[in-house]
Amino acid sequence: MDAILTLDSVTKSFGGLRVTSGVSFSIDRGSISAIIGPNGAGKTSLFNEITGYLKPDSGRIIFQGAEITNLSTREIVARGMGRAFQVTSFFPEETVLDNVRVACLSRMDLTRKSIKSVSRFTKATDRAVSILESLGLDKYAKRPAFELAHGDQKLLDIGIALGIEPKMLLLDEPTAGMSPEERLLTRNLIQKLWKEFNLTLLFIEHDMDTVFGIAQTVRVLQTGRLLAEGTPEEIRNNPEVVTAYLGEEVF
Amino acid sequence: MKTPEAIKEFGFWSLFFLIFGLAPILDNSEYHLMLATHILIWGMFAVAFNMLFGVTGMLSFGQALYYGVGAYSVGLLVRGFGDTWFLPSIIVGLLVAVAVSVLLGLLVIRVSGVYFTVLTLAFGQLAWQVTLKWYHFTGGDDGIQSIIPPGLLGNNRVYYWFTLALVALSILALKRLVNSPLGLTLRCIRQNPERVRFLGRRVRRNELRVYVVSSFFAALAGCLMAGADNSIHPDMFYWTTSGEVILMAVIGGIGQFFGPFIGAAVIIIIQDYVGARTEYWSLIIGLIMMTMVLLFPQGLVGEIRSLRTRLVSGERNRS
Repeated sequence: MDAILTLDSVTKSFGGLRVTSGVSFSIDRGSISAIIGPNGAGKTSLFNEITGYLKPDSGRIIFQGAEITNLSTREIVARGMGRAFQVTSFFPEETVLDNVRVACLSRMDLTRKSIKSVSRFTKATDRAVSILESLGLDKYAKRPAFELAHGDQKLLDIGIALGIEPKMLLLDEPTAGMSPEERLLTRNLIQKLWKEFNLTLLFIEHDMDTVFGIAQTVRVLQTGRLLAEGTPEEIRNNPEVVTAYLGEEVF
Repeated sequence: MKTPEAIKEFGFWSLFFLIFGLAPILDNSEYHLMLATHILIWGMFAVAFNMLFGVTGMLSFGQALYYGVGAYSVGLLVRGFGDTWFLPSIIVGLLVAVAVSVLLGLLVIRVSGVYFTVLTLAFGQLAWQVTLKWYHFTGGDDGIQSIIPPGLLGNNRVYYWFTLALVALSILALKRLVNSPLGLTLRCIRQNPERVRFLGRRVRRNELRVYVVSSFFAALAGCLMAGADNSIHPDMFYWTTSGEVILMAVIGGIGQFFGPFIGAAVIIIIQDYVGARTEYWSLIIGLIMMTMVLLFPQGLVGEIRSLRTRLVSGERNRS
């Protein structure tokens, strides 16, 4: 199958601490997969390296056939990489609609326009409204974003990422801090968005029901190394993974 | 398109022209005319400054530099080549301000937060020192006197209308900017610059844009002030000028587009009213400033707005 993202021996250290240690894997276009691992395993650092927020010390990252290892975040985003954050990241004082609309305007390269009101940019506005509808946030469109409940703010973060029309979307703990009911809804929503927006989806998650419920491939990180990679079934039965991370009680 | 937004904007402009258009007709005093001219010029300066501070989150302590550049472009050209140069010298002043703000901007936007503030302050003070010391060119401490606009503009009343027209156009342009995609992007930069990078936008580039825009209008304020006061002095470059415009923005409310304009009007009126009665007027300004910051941090316009929101939602809850 055609790989959208390939990591080739990516390594990164902070002083003596190796946060990423020779990680290599490939992600198929259109797939949905997860990265799991204990706290401090280097999951978020890996996302930071893929999105140009951190530069790897060595190794290569190939996205859509071109090397992006040393590109800036802006350039990587322009090539179709989207990201939602572990610590929810959005624009608190702007309306929910404007949070997504600014992403749509950015995608259409309209953020330099300085005379017409944002509401007159109907294509970007329609696109933002349709993203909010997909997320079920359209009823809050005119409210300032800080008024949203935590779970809805996490969705808004994803909505902003969708606004730039990414080919690939990275989600960093999409269900963190949610109630079990919200988790279930979010899990179904992620699966729906994956299909609806034709995404390649890669997510970090601690909630094993979400991971084993929707991921086609699961990768396990431990102390910066890729410990295992396989289908949910293979990972569940991998003795190394069970002792290192999952523990007996999960099953 | 008749949205509530459009109606509100129409109401706002009607009120603006009603007050400032009728003022010189209802009141014959030359002195009050001068006050109104000052309010218009400082009001625009403060609104333009707030593009940096309230909108984008860049606290420049050096906008006096561009105010001075505008004033001295007019003063030097009129002194050197005569009063027919008054209007062209405004254009020269604006061009010089754009050139300087692009060059300096490329330097100062490399740092953020308090480092940006200190760097802008340093450049402002540098310009002040140069103006003060370069006596045979700038007139040093004496400044430049008798800058009389040519022809009809020499009449204070006509000059007032001229100022009103330019200020109204400038504020209209800035209001458009705030509601545009660029304005939205700038507000997003204030709230979450990292996320803006993840939208595929250059944060620094947009900061430079707003720095140049704000400096352009600061220079226009300086140009207009040279003609309004008929004289200029090196203190227009001094840090207190930058400080005053910050004060106006904070008192009026940096979260509201028109807040800084109201703040400018309030400060100018207090300076005039209290200044006529006691030489300790700056003490009064200080007390007002402390009260505002401690009790009404949103500024005049911001507090009135949130009071109205509270009243409206209170009524809604009762019914």
